Amino acid sequence: MLCEHCKERDAVVNLTKIKDNAVTHQHLCERCAAEQGVETSVAQPKTSALTDFLQAVNQQAVAAPGDQAACHFCGATARDFRQSGRVGCARCYGAFERSLRELLRRLHNATRHTGRRYVPPAPELVESAGQVDQLRDRLQRAIEAEQFELAAELRDRLRAVGAQG
Amino acid sequence: MSVDLSLLPDGGVGWLDASGEHADVVLSTRVRLARNVEGYAFTPRARDGERLRVLAQVREAAERLPGMRGAAWLRLDELATNDRRLLHERHLVSRELAGLETTHGVRTGAALGVGERAGVMVNEEDHLRLQALRSGFELQAAFESAMALDEALGARVPYAYHREFGFLTACPTNTGTGMRASVLIHLPGLVLTKEIQKVLGGLQQMGLTYRGLYGEGSEVVGNFFQISNQTTLGKTEEELLDHLGRMVRRVIDREEEARRVLLRDAGMVLEDKLWRAYGTLRYARSLSFDEAMNYLSGVRLAVGLKLIRDLSVYTLNKLLIFCQPAHLAHAEGARSLTESEANIARARYVRSLVGGGAGSAG
Repeated sequence: MLCEHCKERDAVVNLTKIKDNAVTHQHLCERCAAEQGVETSVAQPKTSALTDFLQAVNQQAVAAPGDQAACHFCGATARDFRQSGRVGCARCYGAFERSLRELLRRLHNATRHTGRRYVPPAPELVESAGQVDQLRDRLQRAIEAEQFELAAELRDRLRAVGAQG
Repeated sequence: MSVDLSLLPDGGVGWLDASGEHADVVLSTRVRLARNVEGYAFTPRARDGERLRVLAQVREAAERLPGMRGAAWLRLDELATNDRRLLHERHLVSRELAGLETTHGVRTGAALGVGERAGVMVNEEDHLRLQALRSGFELQAAFESAMALDEALGARVPYAYHREFGFLTACPTNTGTGMRASVLIHLPGLVLTKEIQKVLGGLQQMGLTYRGLYGEGSEVVGNFFQISNQTTLGKTEEELLDHLGRMVRRVIDREEEARRVLLRDAGMVLEDKLWRAYGTLRYARSLSFDEAMNYLSGVRLAVGLKLIRDLSVYTLNKLLIFCQPAHLAHAEGARSLTESEANIARARYVRSLVGGGAGSAG
């Protein structure tokens, strides 16, 4: 819920006033509450780079500039990522690259992996994972998340590989 | 289906044997690597079918690897809660994999594979959590075992990997190497001399973090702390390991120094406290878990100081694990015990191992 006063920050203070026998409720952010002279002892969440970051990006109403609104592979939205702090799939790292790079910098003070390099196995060594099943799962998830554009695209691809959507 | 722990190599408790370096101070060393399989949504977002296919793909590949041939596989989603709790108490699976978190139950496709020297949790927060657990302070050995399994499996199963970010994980706190190395260490000296907060604060400034006996989100019991690397990106695995190793060695030195100071300045007070702990464990008829952990911590310190000589570190390690609720219930052949039943069973079990059977009658 947004602060009723500044309409910018999250409301964290629930102010109940009784005046002339009438009860009023106000939802304010900490700063506006302080400006109105309300003493607050809001329990601060244990600060970590992750929660700080999530709080900061949660203030943004839309996707960070440069980020996609949703991941084309798993359908996770920028909001899903911001709310959970969890990444939906490997492709999300590309879809939300800007936000993620910023988050990684805060968490690790670095963005570039310098450890073990990895070369994936040649395709013939990989067990076939069932492409049709995989597309069906993604389609189902897109429908559940009401991402109909993505669903249409996946249905087309299922048809192309000769399976019924 | 009930879990048959005898199928696991060493019953899954080989790491209790107190064989490693500094075994009286460091209980165990663990290295885990977070990996995801390319082509699927990460576990929390994956559908049941996807998780089952990840499991099938990983099992099929693992069965061809020398280190995992004859591995024991357990499907967590086919086990009763108490059996899952048992595996968690044995430090073989995380709370998350065992479905003991309040946020969600056990996930379809959640599984554990235990090989000779390393194992794998499947469908944890990441598709794969490769892990190696060793007794005592053995970072290098644990690292090599986890890495060997990782390289062999990664040659058959394609991992999610990014040129810049490294190994991709569901939580950005693990991205990069995906490696968390941790040391479970007993620090009663630093707790008694009230230096512990200073030492732990210092570790945090050095890029390390600490947790309780059961890892993430768990409380400190029995003066056991799990110290691990905080960051996973921007440094090589060796750099992370080396840094952790050096810091832990310093903590061990501080702990030993604190023990010397205690003995010198408060020898009689300390001795009295530790022998009372021993006496309680030897004769008590009912012990709560926290109580048992506290007295065991005291007796462990007394064994480290060579005040008590007729108890081995191995016995103390065993007590830590087998005094837990699910283990007591398992030993009593019950599905679960009430708290007072558990307290009585715990005291009986402790008496049977402490004091060579003396005072165990009744």
